[in-house]
Amino acid sequence: MNTLVPSLILKRLVVAIITLLIVSFAVFFATSLLPGDTATILLGQAATPEAVAGLRKAMHLDDPAIFRFLRWILGLFQGDLGTSYANKMPVAALIGERFVNTMKLAGITTLVSVPLALTLGITAATLRGSTYDRIVTVLSIGVISVPEFMVATTAVLLFAVYLRWLPALSLANNVHSLIDVVKIYAMPVITLTFVVSAQMIRMTRAAVIETLNTAYVEMALLKGASRGRLVLKHALPNALGPIVNAVALSLSYLIGGVIIVETIFNYPGIAKLMVDAVATRDLPLIQSCAMIFCLGYLILITAADIVAIVSNPRLR
Amino acid sequence: MTDAVASKPAGSRLGYRFNIVGVAALALILAWAIVALLAPWLIPHPVGEIVDLDYFQPISADAWLGSDYLGRDMFSRVLMGARYTVGISLAAVVIACFSGVTLGMTAAVSGGLVDMLLSRFLDAMSSIPSKLFGLVVVAAVGSSIPVLTLTLAIIYIPGAYRFSRALAVNINTMDFMTVARIRGESTLYLIGAEILPNIIRPVLADLGLRFVFIVLLLSGLSFLGLGLQPPYADWGALVRENIGGLPFAAPAVIVPSLAIASLTISVNLLIDNLPQKIRDRSA
Repeated sequence: MNTLVPSLILKRLVVAIITLLIVSFAVFFATSLLPGDTATILLGQAATPEAVAGLRKAMHLDDPAIFRFLRWILGLFQGDLGTSYANKMPVAALIGERFVNTMKLAGITTLVSVPLALTLGITAATLRGSTYDRIVTVLSIGVISVPEFMVATTAVLLFAVYLRWLPALSLANNVHSLIDVVKIYAMPVITLTFVVSAQMIRMTRAAVIETLNTAYVEMALLKGASRGRLVLKHALPNALGPIVNAVALSLSYLIGGVIIVETIFNYPGIAKLMVDAVATRDLPLIQSCAMIFCLGYLILITAADIVAIVSNPRLR
Repeated sequence: MTDAVASKPAGSRLGYRFNIVGVAALALILAWAIVALLAPWLIPHPVGEIVDLDYFQPISADAWLGSDYLGRDMFSRVLMGARYTVGISLAAVVIACFSGVTLGMTAAVSGGLVDMLLSRFLDAMSSIPSKLFGLVVVAAVGSSIPVLTLTLAIIYIPGAYRFSRALAVNINTMDFMTVARIRGESTLYLIGAEILPNIIRPVLADLGLRFVFIVLLLSGLSFLGLGLQPPYADWGALVRENIGGLPFAAPAVIVPSLAIASLTISVNLLIDNLPQKIRDRSA
């Protein structure tokens, strides 16, 4: 029985790696569908046919797609992400600092949203049916049903326009004091926290309610255990697996959210970089950013699955 | 087959469970549908006409929802925006669910290698975050209305597939399926006449949810400037072009968001208040 869990995890990891391969395939071929010739785009309409042919040869554009794909994948493994079309800089250099910025944003959001969402989700589940529970549920459904940019614009209207507490734009360059840091991150983090927490609250609430409906919790209730003891001692330890699973799954919503939030608040992260790259059709940059996002997403959903496997007592 | 239908008590509770919230939500959805159909005859001003020399004007008697960043009538633009948001999303969700459900039922009935390959491939597809998928496709082939519709549909095929496959696998083990197989019925007959009628209700509820996801994704892409391109403008694009009015709290930037919210929340509420609640929200 004890070999079951490791083998399931191994299987899940193999699936994740295969998935990553298929995804990189999809990303590469989707971006190579681009109508118009890359060399012509780079050199401009006025370029001579000889110059275009020379560049095509230099960039290996005449090779079959499968070779270009393999070369690209090998490059990724060696840390060579290619060169940006738009400003001729190595993609790795463009991404570097922005990646750190995005991770900072995601990290702070996680630190804020996880405790908040868990508290709200668990208390709402405990007080199921109460007014408090209903308010939390309606609010979280409301946030889930509207686009991320609406959450962001509402936050700007509330905090920057009506209350005038915070600036509407975020520029991570001129930081002089702690207050500046707070002001820069406040708006993006508030928006992302709403988006991610809403999902997390719903899933946590559902997980705890499911545990509260089990026979052993009823037994504890009949035994005369207090409500706090019921939740903290009997229900929560058993709901821990599903809750961690919910947290990992909800954090994958960060990826969709961060694309909108970085754009609307002008935050210098990779999502903004990628949206700009799409506007200028800068393929190497788009491919690398897309791979980073897919990898992040895949890590989160794989982690969620593995937690679900490990925490399932039936598999032990 | 009659057995499976009769075992569901939903029909008898229909009158009770269709409460006031559900009716209100349905009314709002129908209203937006009518607006989407009749928009060209409802708008007070042509969408391109500049009615106000001042931009980001507040609500007035002439311009019911104020003016946009060029001084155009916002009310007319929102009504016309409904056409694109509702129309594209509806087309995309129908394509997505039709393909996904057909594939899902086929996989469940066929089993074996077909099932495994389809499931593996579509699972991999669904591990690309939806917004990212949209971005990559738009970068590759541009964003005309047909491309946008098809992209949105493709993004949501894996979800519809997984949902319907899970339902169909259960039906597949029923006795009437075995009987139909022994009769020598074709796969097409099996999925069309035996499985589909038994899963149609949860599939329709799922279609509603997927419609919400597609509206949100389309709005998000348009908001990023990568969805519908001018001169067309859906609700997401309306928010984008008027985002400059945010510091003045202009109605031009708030109203399109509210339009999206009213549509998506109504669909969610309607589904929540439907008599049947057999569906998987996490899909």
